[in-house]
This record gives sequence, structure tokens and C-alpha cells, in this order.
Amino acid sequence: MTANNTNHMHTTHIKKDTSQIVINLITYVLVTIFCLMCILPFWMIIASSFSSEEAIRRTGFTLWPSDLSTYSYELLFRSPDQMVGAYVVTICLTAVGTLIGLFLVSMTGYALQRKDFPYRNGIMFYIYFTSLFSAGLVPFYLLIVQTLNLRDSYLAILLPLLMSPWLIVLMKNFVKAIPHEITESGKIDGAGDFKIFYALILPNLKPALATIGLFLALSYWNEWYYSSLFLTTKVEYRPLQYHLYNVINKVASLKNSVAGSNVVITDLPGETLKMATAVIATGPIILLYPFVQKYFVAGLTVGAVKG
Amino acid sequence: MQKTVPQKVVNYRKPSVGRTIVQNRTLILMCLPAILFFFVFSYLPMPGAYIAFTNFQYNKGIFGSDFVGLKNFQFLFISGQLGLLLKNTVLYNLAFIVLGNVVQLAFAVLLNEVQNKVYKKAAQSIMFLPYFISDVLVSLLVYNLINYDYGFISNLVRSLGGEMPKVYQDASAWPYIIVMVNLWKSTGYGTVVYFAAITGMDASMMEAAQIDGASTWQRIRYITLPTLKPTVIILFLFAIGGILKGNFGLFYNLVGNNSMLFKTTDIIETYVYRSMMNSFNFSQSSAVGLFQSVVGFFIVLGANAFVKHLDPDYALF
Repeated sequence: MTANNTNHMHTTHIKKDTSQIVINLITYVLVTIFCLMCILPFWMIIASSFSSEEAIRRTGFTLWPSDLSTYSYELLFRSPDQMVGAYVVTICLTAVGTLIGLFLVSMTGYALQRKDFPYRNGIMFYIYFTSLFSAGLVPFYLLIVQTLNLRDSYLAILLPLLMSPWLIVLMKNFVKAIPHEITESGKIDGAGDFKIFYALILPNLKPALATIGLFLALSYWNEWYYSSLFLTTKVEYRPLQYHLYNVINKVASLKNSVAGSNVVITDLPGETLKMATAVIATGPIILLYPFVQKYFVAGLTVGAVKG
Repeated sequence: MQKTVPQKVVNYRKPSVGRTIVQNRTLILMCLPAILFFFVFSYLPMPGAYIAFTNFQYNKGIFGSDFVGLKNFQFLFISGQLGLLLKNTVLYNLAFIVLGNVVQLAFAVLLNEVQNKVYKKAAQSIMFLPYFISDVLVSLLVYNLINYDYGFISNLVRSLGGEMPKVYQDASAWPYIIVMVNLWKSTGYGTVVYFAAITGMDASMMEAAQIDGASTWQRIRYITLPTLKPTVIILFLFAIGGILKGNFGLFYNLVGNNSMLFKTTDIIETYVYRSMMNSFNFSQSSAVGLFQSVVGFFIVLGANAFVKHLDPDYALF
């Protein structure tokens, strides 16, 4: 009897192990391959930016530069005007936009989470409705360009990205986790609603502020869309990603435009210049990424399934 | 002796609107920036949708331009333009939704079975990386891999003796490329969402199954997947609700103004953008945009009604 029993346990143990081993093996193989696919393209951009233009013409883009060259970086640093300007514009937009947006989103999120605020459902619906129905791109474009007269103004980038219904809902979910007693105790002490928010709630919202601040910062840092709509004519310095967009597409159009004629512009290292610009424009994000990604994960966990 | 209900409660009346506003003035003021923000950037443009019914001339403005009725819509229907855009948009979204969710769900479930915590964390972080970069850079990564002359994959194919098609001139390759790139970009994000749903599951059920000798596969098949079913269905329905929206940034950066590829890559949002910014055809552009908004709105309502029917807790409104 006892022998039978141990035998039985033994077989289930084996059975469990095989299925687990197979599944783990599949997981490690698939996930590792996918992770490599996530990293290698970035590596390839870096490798290409450090190779010489001739090497790329000869062997194409490779995982390791066949002859190391910093020529494209030298070119960029020799005339750093555009790049530095783009950096300054993007850093300013990101800093100002994130700070203002964070303040407005958390203030709105707190007020709309207050159970004793009679208009909270109405206002929330007013905000949420904008994500269900919009007038479309053309009326929005005409609003910015004709009504608000913001063509070629950085405000056309700064303002539309300040808030979104999704960020407000996310903030509401974060505020929900703060005990209601904190608000109550503030009321008993005679503090006004804004004082309660500012002095009692905000300090407890640090993880939420980190998460939502990073979502905001990312949307400002990666901004190229509104720039392509509104910063088209007289702007001296473009935000980084829009600058990169132009470098990528301009070198291509430059090459196309001279392809039919007999002019040879071999001096311009078109391919490596694009790659070097991409590295400089995206570098900070990739460098910061390991330190900030956990806040994004937190944000998705709180806000994604139940919006 | 009969005790009466205190006078105060009997005479209780709802405070007047003015009083409520005064009482809640601080909270209202705290919401005011957001109210103004959405008024200006979302509600103020709405009457401007009228432009879809006009022959818009920039100097005359929206309401000064000539009214032409449904002419813009008629043109788009008859020329077949709208049909093509609809077909592309819906098919791309279906591919994104179905393939994306299958891969994300599979990765989340598999990763959940890994015992090694460091690997689990590292894998999630790395998979999430593509979500962080702009579509501008994505287009460069793709160019790096598949452009005919220098692309990494092109060279690989050639060195293996194959022939690489000139993809930037070949419309037939792009549905595959765009679906792959979208999968690459969204897998990490979706995996984290599903992973969160799995972590939130009742751990005692898992333990009980383990004690009863259920194999790993059996636990996945009979516990993890059925528990995730509501989440999957709801995310799926909401994704269907957005089926007329597009991933504009991805499409526009990958394809841009390369008209050789439009047949298989043009979606509603790229058409709207191009016909406004490149051909300055504001009326037709906004007609397509309005069509997208109105039809999309009803699809969202339908999806939400369906979710409400399944589980009222998850409905949006």
C-alpha cells in the first residue's frame, strides 16, 4: 500500500516535471528570441552610426562596423547648431509640459475622485466623451492655425499634450487607493479642498506622479506629429524627433533629387549621418529606460484593464 | 405620548443649485482648467465638422465657404476611395487585434510559469523597450533592416542565395511588414497588461491545483486561461470599438508619401493627413474624418453595450 502510494506520487511528480520542463523550454527559447529582436535593431543603429559610409555601401548594415569611423559624429559636432537647438527646444517642452500637465491632471483626478463632489460624474463624462467622439483632424487643425493663430508657435505643441482623458482616469484610479480618511482629517482641521489636495494628497501620490509624469514626458520627448502639422514654415529649431524625421526624409529626398543628374555627392555620408542623428536624438530615452520602466509597468497595472 | 420625527429632517430639501455651486466652488475651480482644456481642444472644433459639407476656401473660413451638401461624401463613395480606405483600416486593425492578443496572451501565460525571477523581470523590461521609442525611429530601424541596397535582412537573404524584393516599391509586401512591426512594438505593452491580470488572480486556486497534482499544462489550460477569459473578451471588444482608428504614426513614418505603396497601406488617418497637408483638400479630408468619427462612435457604443451585457462592472458608461 505504502509502496503503491509513493509510486503514484512519484509518477505525478515526473509528469508534472516533463510538462513544466517543456513549457519552460519553449518559454525561454521564444522569449529570448523576441528579446533579441527587441534589442538588436537598436544595436544595429549604433553600430551603423560608427561605421564609415563606404563600409555600408560595400557590405550594407551589419551588426559590427567593419571599419570604425566617427566621421558622421564629427560632422554633426562641427555644426552643432541644429542639434543643440533641437535639444534645448525638446528639453524645455518636456520639462514645462510635464510639470504643468502633472499638476493639472492630478488636481482634476483628485477632485473627480471625491465622493462628496456632486458634479464629478457629469464632469467625468464631459471629459471622457472627447475620447469617444472628435471633430476630426481638419477642424482641429483650423482651430490651432486660424482661431488660435498658433502656427509656428511652440504652444501648438505644448498645449494639446497637457492632458488626456486616459491620464485623468489613470490618476483617478491612483487617487482611489489613498484612504478617504486623509481628506476627512483635513476637513476636520479646517483645511480647504485645495489645501487638502496640495498638502495632504500630493505627498501620498508620489508613485502616481512618477508614472503619469513619465507618460507625459515620453509623449513630449517623442513628439513629431503636432510639429509636422504646426511647425512647418518659420521655425528655426525643431523638436528632436521632428528634426530626426526631417534628417531621415531630407537626405533621402536629397539623394533622389540628384540621382538623375550627374552630380555625385559622395562626400555626404547620408546613411551614417541619419544613424548618428538617431543615436543622439534617442540616446537619453534608452539610457533612462532601465531606471524608469518600472513606473510604466505600475501605470499599466493600475490603469489598463479597468479604464 | 407620541414622538414626532424631528422637524429638521421632515423639512429637508435638496439645496439649491446656486448653494451647491458655492459649497463646491473649490472643487469646481480645481476642475476648471481641465474643463476649459477639453472645451477648447475638443468641443470648440466640433461645429467645424461642417466643413465636410462645404467647398472650403481657406480665406473664406469654415462658415463662409459654399455649402455643397453631401457632394464630398458622394465623390468619395463613387470614386471607391472610401471603400479602399475602410477595407485597409479594418483589415489592419483586425490583424493587429487578433495576432497581437494571441501573442501577448501567450507570452504572459508562459512568462508566468518561469521560476527565475530575474529572467522574468529582465524579459518584461526588454520586451517593453520598443514601446518607448518614437515612430520616427521605428521607421529608421525598419529601413535599416529591409531597404534593398544596404538592409541587414536584404543582405542576409542575398548571402543565402535568395532574391530580395525591392520592398519600398512593392506594395504587396507591406501588410506583412506593418503587421510585424506593430506586433514588435505592442507585444511588450500587452504582455505587461495580461501579466498584471494573471498576477491579480487568486493564488490559492493555483496552490490547490498544484497540491492535487495538476501538471503545468493542466493549470494553464484549466485555471489561468479560463480566469483570463473575461479580461481577454473585454480588451478585445474595446479594441473592436476602435477599429476605424489607425496607428497613424506608425503608418505615416513607415510609408510616408511613397505613393507606390498606397494601395495596400493607405488607412483613413493617413489619407486625412495627406489630403489636408499635401493636397490642401480640406473638404474631402474632413469628410473622411467625419465619417470615421461618426461611424466609429456608433461602433464604440455597440462594443460598450456588449461589454455591459457581459459584465456591467467593466462598461465604460
